[in-house]
Amino acid sequence: MVGHGGLTGMLGEDGIHVDMNHLKSGEVNLGTSIMAINFKDGVILGADSRTTTGAYIANRVTDKLTQVHDTIWCCRSGSAADTQAVADIVSYHLNMYSIVNNEAPSTQVAAALFQELCYENKDMLSAGIIIAGYDPRHGGQVYSIPLGGSLHKQSYSIGGSGSTYIYGYCDANWKENMTEEEGIQFVRGALREAIKWDGSSGGVIRLVVLTADGAQRHLYLPDNGYAGPGATK
Amino acid sequence: MTGFDFSNYNRNAALHAKGVPLPKATSTGTTIVGCIYDNGVVIAADTRATSGPIVADKNCEKLHYIAPKIWCAGAGTAADTEFTTAIISSNVELHSLSTGRPPRVITCMTLLKQHLFRHQGHIGAYLVVAGVDPTGTGLYTVHAHGSTDKLPYVTMGSGSLAAMSVFESTWKPNMNKEEAIALASEAIKAGIFNDLGSGSNVDVCVIEKDKPTQLMRNYMTPNERGQKERDYRFAKGTTAILNEKVFTKEDLRKYVTVEEISGDPNLMEVDP
Repeated sequence: MVGHGGLTGMLGEDGIHVDMNHLKSGEVNLGTSIMAINFKDGVILGADSRTTTGAYIANRVTDKLTQVHDTIWCCRSGSAADTQAVADIVSYHLNMYSIVNNEAPSTQVAAALFQELCYENKDMLSAGIIIAGYDPRHGGQVYSIPLGGSLHKQSYSIGGSGSTYIYGYCDANWKENMTEEEGIQFVRGALREAIKWDGSSGGVIRLVVLTADGAQRHLYLPDNGYAGPGATK
Repeated sequence: MTGFDFSNYNRNAALHAKGVPLPKATSTGTTIVGCIYDNGVVIAADTRATSGPIVADKNCEKLHYIAPKIWCAGAGTAADTEFTTAIISSNVELHSLSTGRPPRVITCMTLLKQHLFRHQGHIGAYLVVAGVDPTGTGLYTVHAHGSTDKLPYVTMGSGSLAAMSVFESTWKPNMNKEEAIALASEAIKAGIFNDLGSGSNVDVCVIEKDKPTQLMRNYMTPNERGQKERDYRFAKGTTAILNEKVFTKEDLRKYVTVEEISGDPNLMEVDP
């Protein structure tokens, strides 16, 4: 079969051994730098735009920031197929939730849905997801769900292969209750470093700013050292 | 029972563990591309089908019909691209009949990705989905594991690197139909000449709003067989006859014995 050289489950003397974190050969990978932060008026999500199949860049302008409700978004890392499938299912459930209850779901509800899917199917998934949302009652909130399917509420969260390079940067520069401008500078500066050091991350930097006013997209191109153009649409 | 039977997978895994190599599926080392232009979308493919190092078909069709204005280019396992597009084409038609609306490209893409994700990459179909619907022009890639991408120009298959190098160096925004067709076919030609898995001819399909879809089979034939420079047939009498012996029917008769078989002749049915 083309693109299927190896087997994921190898048959040994004592049963089938499965390397959980190893992607199936030929699978599309989001070798990624993603993050989400809280700031004074809401949350900011950020991501690079590189997707890879082995050494080949399958898409250099990927959108890893996915909307699952009006002001609830997520950053996807791991297998592209797995995270897209999970986000599609959550999106469907949140849509149903808002129709049945005639009220937008809270960020926590969305995060709990993500956790349910990621935990119950942990053997079959390689998905590291950060959920960030704004709702009028709780304001901005950031949740992260790493590989095992645990759920963590955080003031800010970083993820993907590129995140390992920016733990120091983020810890040194993090402040509570930043302004929108400060928040954007923090995320953009961190992702610029992650892209610089991580070979699996690259392309453009995409941001989404979630406040009481709704969602605002930002774009930063490598042409000018990720300086702009900034807010779009 | 409908659906797929994966019992052979476990057998193959067990055999593989014992050192037996996995059986080889007929696959298409392929170049397929797609490109959006001002008023529609164009997709193109080469026409070589391979099984291992053998060219199985020199002029196969890799452009598949989904709906009148949604077409699909397929790479990967030949049988899988054929059957998945056929299944989804059927479901899209039924959905269109049930809703009374023309089908959308994104609907088709979603059906494909959910079908492929459900089978966890075991269906080796790598597809470029393109079309025009009431919401506008659509162009997507769908990988065997169920991930999708949306881009203004795409390439897939073993020749995708050669084809993408053409797009990345010569693509420009807001092209017209003629420019898009020229670019897409040039990208396929890069695959045909630079990728061993791709070859033969260029098929092109142009989908445009308010116009019938044009399937241009063998739009380019850059590998036509040339006239043989020499004739290698030998003239009659080239081989000398050293001796001659003629066998007659009567000569052979002595080697044949004819026996009557006893028993009821009705027991054996003989064609009239």
